[in-house]
Amino acid sequence: MKPLHELTIKEVLDGYVNKDFTCVDLVRHFQSRIEKCNPKLNIYLALNENALEEAKAIDQEIAEKGITRPLLGIPFAVKDNFLTKGIVTTASSNILRDYHPQYESTVIEKIKNAGALILGKTNMDSFAHGSSTETSDFGPTLNPWNPEKLPGGSSGGSAAAIAAQLATVALGSETAGSIRQPAAWCGVTGLKPTYGRASRYGIIAMASSTDSPGPIAKNVEDCAIVTEVISGNDPKDATTSPSPVEKYTKSLYSPDLHGVRIGLVKEYLLPNMREDVKNLIYNAVDKLRLLGATVDEISLMDPRYSIGVYTVIQRSEVSSNLARFDGIRFGHQRDNFCEESKRRIMLGTYTLSAGYYDAFYKKAQAVRTKIVSEFDEIFKTYDAVIGAVSPGPALSVGVSKNQPMFGEMEDVLLEPSSIAGLCSVGLPCGFVDDLPIGLQITSNQLKEATAIKIADCFQRHTEFQLFPDLEKTI
Amino acid sequence: MHTVTVTQDDVKKISKLANLKLQDNEVNLFAEQFTKTLEVVNQLNEINTKNLNTTYQVNGLSNVTRADEVDLSRVLPQKIALREAQKTHNGFFVVERLIDSDAEELI
Repeated sequence: MKPLHELTIKEVLDGYVNKDFTCVDLVRHFQSRIEKCNPKLNIYLALNENALEEAKAIDQEIAEKGITRPLLGIPFAVKDNFLTKGIVTTASSNILRDYHPQYESTVIEKIKNAGALILGKTNMDSFAHGSSTETSDFGPTLNPWNPEKLPGGSSGGSAAAIAAQLATVALGSETAGSIRQPAAWCGVTGLKPTYGRASRYGIIAMASSTDSPGPIAKNVEDCAIVTEVISGNDPKDATTSPSPVEKYTKSLYSPDLHGVRIGLVKEYLLPNMREDVKNLIYNAVDKLRLLGATVDEISLMDPRYSIGVYTVIQRSEVSSNLARFDGIRFGHQRDNFCEESKRRIMLGTYTLSAGYYDAFYKKAQAVRTKIVSEFDEIFKTYDAVIGAVSPGPALSVGVSKNQPMFGEMEDVLLEPSSIAGLCSVGLPCGFVDDLPIGLQITSNQLKEATAIKIADCFQRHTEFQLFPDLEKTI
Repeated sequence: MHTVTVTQDDVKKISKLANLKLQDNEVNLFAEQFTKTLEVVNQLNEINTKNLNTTYQVNGLSNVTRADEVDLSRVLPQKIALREAQKTHNGFFVVERLIDSDAEELI
C-alpha cells in the first residue's frame, strides 16, 4: 500500500472501508510529517488541537454507519483567511494575530458537514495581498521542490501543503491567480470556481467582486469532489448563484475529448516568455489534439491591459473592505498593517477619491466590460481557452521586495479570467529547471464540468502530477 | 495621454482619508510608487470605451433581497460579540473620543 500521505480522497475513503487504517492513524501520520517539515517550509501557521479527538469520533462514525458523507475523515489544510471557529484566523497579518473567529465561514461549514477534518491553517500573503507569500507577517513559505524558491501566492501555504503532502487536500481562495499560480509553482492542481459558485461568507475579503474560494489538490478528481461540496447558493452571500450545482464528479474519466473545442490564446504566449515554457504549452496542445479535441489559435485582448483593470478594481475594493479593521471590535490597531496592505489601501483610496474616480475606477470597469464581452464571444464557439498559468517557474525568495506590482505582473495571464468571473483549472504540464509549470484550462461561467472534463482527461493521459522527494529537497 | 504625478502632499491626504499613519520615508516611497503604478494603469486610455457600460458585477445577479426578518442563528450573543475587542466597558465596545478631542481636524 502507498504511504498514507500519498493517498487521494477516494483512496483514503477506500482505506477506511477496507479497514486498512483509521482516521486517527492518518491524522497522526500527517501530524508527524508536519512536525518534521513545517519548521523548514513554514506552511502551517496554526494546527487544530482537537484533530485527534475529531478523528476518534470519525472512526466511531465509520464503524457504526460506514462512509455516508463525501469527505468523511479527509484531512484538510485551510488557507488562513477562512474563518474557522475554534482555530485562530490571522490572514497572515499582525492585525489579526490572536483573532478567534466568532462564526464559521460557509465553505468550512460545508466541508465539515461533509465530514472533513481540518489539520490546520496555512500561510498566505498578508490579507492575500501578493503572489509570493512574502508579504505574510509570519515569514514566507518555501517551495517544497526547492526551498530557495517561493511557493507563489497568495494561497502559497495551501499549495505547498499539497506539494509536500502535509494534507490530503487544501482550500485556497483566488482574487486573480491566488489558487492557480501557487498550484502551478508547487506543481499541484487547483480549481478556481466561477465567481459566485461558492460562498464568500466568512472569508476575509480582498476584492469582493472577484474573490472565489476553491480547492488545491493532488489531482483534478479531488478538486472536482471538493468543488461539488463547497458550491451552491448561500443566503449569507447575495452574490452566490442560484443555479443548481452539477455533479462535477460525473465529468471525470472521460475516455477522450472528441467534440471538445479549445482555443489557444496567442496573446498569452508572451513575447518575453521562455521558449521551453512555450514548448510545454505546445506539447499540451498536441496532447489535447491526440485525445480528440480541436485546438485553434485564437485572439483576445492583450493581457497587459488586464493588469491596469485589475490593479484599479482590486485596490479600490481593498480600500473599502479593509476599512473595517479599526481595532475596536476585533483585532489590533491599523498601524499593524504591513507595507503592502497600506500601499493597496491607499492607492484604492486614491482611485476612488473625488476627481479621480472617473479617470481610474470607471475607466477600469468599462474596460472590464470589453474583456467580458470578448470572452462571451469566444465561448460561443469554444468550450475552453488555454494558456500557461505563469510566464515561468517559481521565482527565488526575495524577488517580490521593492516590486509594488509584483503580483499583478506575475498573474498577467490569470487576471482576464478572474476579472470576467470565469472558472478555471490549473494543472501541471511539465518541468523546466526541475520546477513545475502550470497549464490553465478556462471555461465560461458555471461551466466547471467542462473545464474539469478536459483537465481530468489531460491529467489521466499525462504524467506531470509528481511530488518532490522531501528527503532530497529540504 | 495624460500622465498623473502623485505628490507627497497627495500621499499625506490619502493616508488621512484611509486612517493610516505613515512613516516619513513611506510618504516619499509611496508617492514614487503610486506615480509608477498609475503609469501602467493609464495604458487603459489606449482602449476606446466611449460606448461601453461599466461592469461592477459579473454574474448577472441584481437586487438580491431577503425577507426583513431577524435570523437568530446569525445573531451573536453579547459576550461572544465583545470577546475579541481589546477594550470593553460594561458590556460595550470602547472607542476613541472624537468630539472635543485633541486629534487634528478630520478631512
